[in-house]
This record gives sequence, C-alpha cells and structure tokens, in this order.
Amino acid sequence: MITAGIDCGAKNTKTVIMKDENIIGRGTVLTGFEQSAAVKESLALALKEAGISREQIQHIGGTGSGAKAISEADVKVNNIKAMAAAANFFFPKARTVTDVGAEESRAVKCDESGNVVDFAINEKCAAGAGAFIEAMGRALETSLEEMGPLALSSDKAIAMNAQCTIFAESEVVGLIHAKTPKKDISKAIHDAMASRIVSMIRRIGVNPDIVMLGGVAYNPGFVSALQRELGVDAIYVPEKPEFGTAVGAAVVAAKDSQ
Amino acid sequence: MAEEKRQEFWRWAETNWVNPDIKWEAAQFMTVGIDVGSVSSQAVIMADGEIYAYGNMRTGSDSPNSARNALKFALENSTLTEDKISYCIGTGYGRVNVPMADRTVTEIACHARGANFIYGPEVRTVLDVGGQDIKVIRCDDKGKVTNFLMNDKCAAGTGRGMEVFSDLLSVPIGDVGDRSFDVDEEPAPVSSTCVVYAKSEATGLLRKGLKTNEVLAAYCAAMAERIYSLLERVGVEPQFAITGGMAKNRGVIDRLKKKMGLEPMKTKWDTQLAGAVGAALFGHALCKKGKGL
Repeated sequence: MITAGIDCGAKNTKTVIMKDENIIGRGTVLTGFEQSAAVKESLALALKEAGISREQIQHIGGTGSGAKAISEADVKVNNIKAMAAAANFFFPKARTVTDVGAEESRAVKCDESGNVVDFAINEKCAAGAGAFIEAMGRALETSLEEMGPLALSSDKAIAMNAQCTIFAESEVVGLIHAKTPKKDISKAIHDAMASRIVSMIRRIGVNPDIVMLGGVAYNPGFVSALQRELGVDAIYVPEKPEFGTAVGAAVVAAKDSQ
Repeated sequence: MAEEKRQEFWRWAETNWVNPDIKWEAAQFMTVGIDVGSVSSQAVIMADGEIYAYGNMRTGSDSPNSARNALKFALENSTLTEDKISYCIGTGYGRVNVPMADRTVTEIACHARGANFIYGPEVRTVLDVGGQDIKVIRCDDKGKVTNFLMNDKCAAGTGRGMEVFSDLLSVPIGDVGDRSFDVDEEPAPVSSTCVVYAKSEATGLLRKGLKTNEVLAAYCAAMAERIYSLLERVGVEPQFAITGGMAKNRGVIDRLKKKMGLEPMKTKWDTQLAGAVGAALFGHALCKKGKGL
C-alpha cells in the first residue's frame, strides 16, 4: 500500500510518501502565507522523488498547525498521535518523544505500540522553540548551521539570566560587548534552550528511550545540551528528522484505513 | 534607501535639564540618584530634596559607563561639579555597577519613593512599565512599599516589546500612541502573548490588508491587556500613578485607563525619572540624619 503524510508546520511544510514500511519520497517547502499552495508544492516534490503519480497514493494523513489547509488528506492526524507513531516506527523501544518545532515544542510519552500515554506542549513562549535559537543566531551574526558545532567546541558554562527571547537578544549583545568568545555564547544559548525543553519533558516524565524529531535535531549543539540536561546516555534521532511527524501521519493513515 | 533602512525607530529622545530657580551653591546637601535600567539610565541631582538637574539617556552595553554618562549628561549645563555631591545612591537593574554610588537601594523602594515625590503623597498604587519589566507597587503616604508584584521574565507588555514593534512597523516610538488612534475602527487585540509570536502575527495582519496604524492599535490594546492583568492581581487602590517610559505612550495608557475605569494622576515631571528621584531622596534623608557622611 502507498500512503502519504503531510505535516503543514508554522515554518515548513513536509510531505513523505511511504510504500508499506519504506519511505520512497520526501518533499519540503517553506509554508509562507499560502498554506494550501505549500501543501501542493511539497506533495508534488515528494511524488517526483518517489517517481509515482498522485493517483497511486491510497491514503493521505494530514497533520501540523496548518492541518486544516490540507484538503488532500482523507485522514486528519493529531500532531501528538503522529509523533508517537513516528517514534515507534523508527525506534520501537521509544517511550518519550520530543519535537522541537519553529514556534511550538511538544513532548509525548508513548507505549510499546506507539499509543499516546501523556503529552505536554509549549506554544505560548518562543523561549522553548526553534525560534529562540534562530533569534540568537541573528544576534550572534552566525548561521543556524554554524551555531551547533560552535557550541560543541566550548566547554564553558555561562548561565543566561534572561528567559524571554527578546531579553536574551540584548543579553547576547551584552556578552558580545564583554568580548565573550562566540563559541561560549553559543553554548550558553543551547544550554538555556535545552533547559526549557527538559522542564517540559519532566512534566510527563523522562522515560528512555528518548527520541527527538523536528529540524532542530540537526543541531548537534542542541542535542548534546539536551542529553546533558536530561542525564541520559543517548537521544535517538531518525534520518531526516524534520520529516518525522509527516512519517507518523502516514503511518497512522495506513493503520486507520485497515 | 539604505539610509532609511538604518533608521532606528525605537530610539527615543535623550533629555537633560537644569532647574534655573535653584542655586546649588546655597544648598546644604547635594544628593544624586542614579537609576541604571536595562534600557534607559537616569541621573537626578537634588539640592536639599528638590530636583536641581537630571539626565535621561539610553543604557549602553556596560553599566558603569551608563551611570557615568547619565551623570555627566545631567551636569552638562550646570556649574556644579561631581566633587560637590554629598551622597550618591544607585538603583535599578544595573545598580551594583554604579561606580560612584555610596550605597544601593532596590528599584522597588526607589520607585515608590520617587512616585510619592513626583505625583504627590496621595499615590497608593504605582505602575512602573520599564524597558524589561513591569512592576505594580502599593505604597503608603510616605512612599513606603506595602506590597508589590513584578514581571521581569517576559517581554510582553514591557517597553522593549514596544520598541521591537516600532522597529517592525517602521514607526518612530514617539508617534506610536497618536497613530494607534488614527484608525476607523478599533481592531481586535493581537492574541499572542510572546513578543516573538506577536511579531509573526502582526506580519500576518499586514498581509491580510490591515493598515500600519491598525496593527499598532491591535498591539497597544494587547499591551494594555497584559498590564491590566498584572494590576488586577495586586489590586489597585486610588490614587493611581504610572511611571516609566510607557507612561508617555497614550496608545497603551488610554486603552488601559478605559479598561480600569480610573484616571491616573498627572505630573509635570518626566515619568522615567521616578526611580532616580527616589534614590536621590533616600540619599537626602541619610544626609539629614547625618548617616550618609
């Protein structure tokens, strides 16, 4: 059976196409202001990579903050459910899964079948979302790709006073003026962000194995800070983590149709 | 065009002033209060408990220099020199970094004392909306703090939040208040609390066709709501006074007034001075008791 999962997020819209247990196509575009256009575009990209036509897809699962704009979907999948299903698909031993998105972060506790047991969401404050690191990157005049490796090269622990992203921007500028090395500032930024995510995860309990989905998982500085703050041996990140929730949507769509 | 891009819309005017009616040479005690805030710094010089001169400017990247500069700015048009000052008290976010301070006092105490002076002893509730925090202070007729509540964790409702918006919408910060009322119909308030998300929401509103002034109105209304919810938690006892830079933004204050159904007190003084005035008054009281010398 061929299924697709579309995750229309605040920043990017991602589509995956799956044939049984295998991912055969992926597509991602910036969401922008026209959510439905972004959905169509990402689906077209994924179809092209898979080398199939739209008609060959039997079921489409739609998820994400812009899920309403996915008219193509015949199954609407809740974000939380998609995350749990994705974690279980990639790592069957997963019991805690976290997804740090651009403007929202979530933590889900799941069982051995990928069912949701409990969850926590932060959608109110940018201090615990990808937007935080992006804003800090701008203040530090460093690209997102450089931020993580830069943080890894530091072993200093500088505590940031500000929780608020807006205040933290000024704090970073202050640290730059005080001639603090960029790598140390970068580490402080990642540590601050990780501690926000950890306090959210603690609300549902820290149960290994821990899986991280979402584009922020590409950032090794953040993953390492998260691992340190959680005090666990490993954090499992699937290949192309930004498609994680879309994979979950496809998995749920396949299951629901059976 | 490039020139226009570099314009800093958030930048407000820095001011200094010397009281022409006071001869400092005749004063017994000259005291200074220096309030180094996260966004602005003020130095207020008092001659026997009356405001003689002040300087109000933006806080730089390091606190000691901001304190020095504010004092220098206050002294700029005066014959008074630093060595004639009997006592100096530092307050505000950067108070531990005021090099010339003989001692420090918390900004909560200073704001209550300062509001008591610039608004009069009838003040019972002081709302201070500063650069990076909001304080609601209840005080007695001597300007002594009886209760307070503070938000310093989140930029929502603070001056810094408004600066971010004035920059985003390319509207000089001094024009925000008036322009926010230049709308045909009052729009719904911006719904996001977080300033980062409110920025995205505002961009979305512009895309939807709202005019700049309408977005300003929507944000001023959101700020008023944020501040109001903090006031409600402490409870407001009249008379009610507002200090800090936000007191100058009628876009927020007039909307807040309407919500509260209460008219705030008026003053001839710059509302940003309250903290430094309070500090200088504490210095004066110490000098009078002979404890400061």
